[in-house]
Amino acid sequence: MAELKLEDIIKEENKVFSKTPLFTDKPLSYCPGCGHGVAHRLVLEVIEEMNITDNVIGVAPVGCSVLSYEFMNIDMAEAAHGRATAMATGIKRVYPEKFVFTYQGDGDLAAIGTGETIHTCNRGENIVIIFINNGIYGMTGGQMAPTTIPAMKTSTSPYGRDTQMMGNPLKMTELVAQLDGTCFVARHAVHTPVLVRKTKKAIRKAFEYQKAKKGTAFVEIVSNCNSGWKLTPLQSIKWLEDNMLPYYNLGTLKEDPLD
Amino acid sequence: MAKVRGAVVVNIDRCKGCELCTAVCPTNVLAMHEKVNVKGYHYSYMANPEACTGCMNCATVCPDTVITVYRVKEPS
Ligand SMILES: Cc1ncc(C[n+]2csc(CCOP(=O)(O)OP(=O)(O)O)c2C)c(N)n1
Ligand code: SF4
Ligand code: SF4
Ligand code: SF4
Repeated sequence: MAELKLEDIIKEENKVFSKTPLFTDKPLSYCPGCGHGVAHRLVLEVIEEMNITDNVIGVAPVGCSVLSYEFMNIDMAEAAHGRATAMATGIKRVYPEKFVFTYQGDGDLAAIGTGETIHTCNRGENIVIIFINNGIYGMTGGQMAPTTIPAMKTSTSPYGRDTQMMGNPLKMTELVAQLDGTCFVARHAVHTPVLVRKTKKAIRKAFEYQKAKKGTAFVEIVSNCNSGWKLTPLQSIKWLEDNMLPYYNLGTLKEDPLD
Repeated sequence: MAKVRGAVVVNIDRCKGCELCTAVCPTNVLAMHEKVNVKGYHYSYMANPEACTGCMNCATVCPDTVITVYRVKEPS
């Protein structure tokens, strides 16, 4: 039997995975290994698969993903720091037939935007919230965030977060799951192939809830900030598994009936 | 038995050398090239191409979506 050569395999008809055309051609501005890139891709793949490309509006945050509107080839707006869900509320109310989502980091959603986030979820605005939790302010140099876990070192907690002095981490996902306005609340991660597939299913589900007009769908993605954590990408994955996941348990926290 | 063969194509100049793909390949196909790309990153390449099954693990975790995957059933 003749062995297959590479050029026999690398043919259009054998292609099983390629970059979604919903990415623009701009190189992502993220550090090597940063989880933002995979999270972007999953949102875009879901939009592509649901065939809602011309019917979706995203709201970008302030933080490392401030330029996500440059990378996602869909209609997007840019909100002031923390105000993405407030802006998304307005957009959804003016265009109720559009799919509306926010994409926000933890400094954006859980610090400066805490009020907007909680009230949007409590009102049950019919939007999807994608929440990237890397436990740190990535863009501004790795300062402590409300989500920084106990004993975690950041540039503003160089000896580790002392909860006596600096307070306790805020588990936004547990918090919004309590609110009557949310219909689907889940926490996922994107650092292994299996977890990436699960996260994509959850994002898909979140958009299905919006389609069914069920209220606010909230998906947290526990992610790495290797630069802020001062680790290599591979070390940051290990650190995330050993430290972030025991504190931020993965799973579905709330799932109302979809029909 | 029909064997599954795969291959990946890395968009060399878009690879950021993070090595995440190399760690999730079940058959140790990928390694970082000793050469660097236009940005100065060592890029991922198929060091052991015969072992690729086209499982897509590498492409699934690549933060910059620079890997394209091909798969074919090899007739026995
Ligand atoms: C009103 C306002 N306050 C503060 C800042 C500075 N600032 C920019 S990004 C950021 C934190 C972003 O952190 P996070 O949301 O966790 O996103 P990441 O960069 O980690 O993805 C801060 C405080 C700002 N741009 N605007
Ligand atoms: S600073 Fe952190 S969150 Fe920002 S791009 Fe780099 S790794 Fe990602
Ligand atoms: S497709 Fe699977 S087997 Fe092939 S290089 Fe990627 S991870 Fe390895
Ligand atoms: S995961 Fe992607 S960016 Fe990172 S080394 Fe592999 S191909 Fe390059």
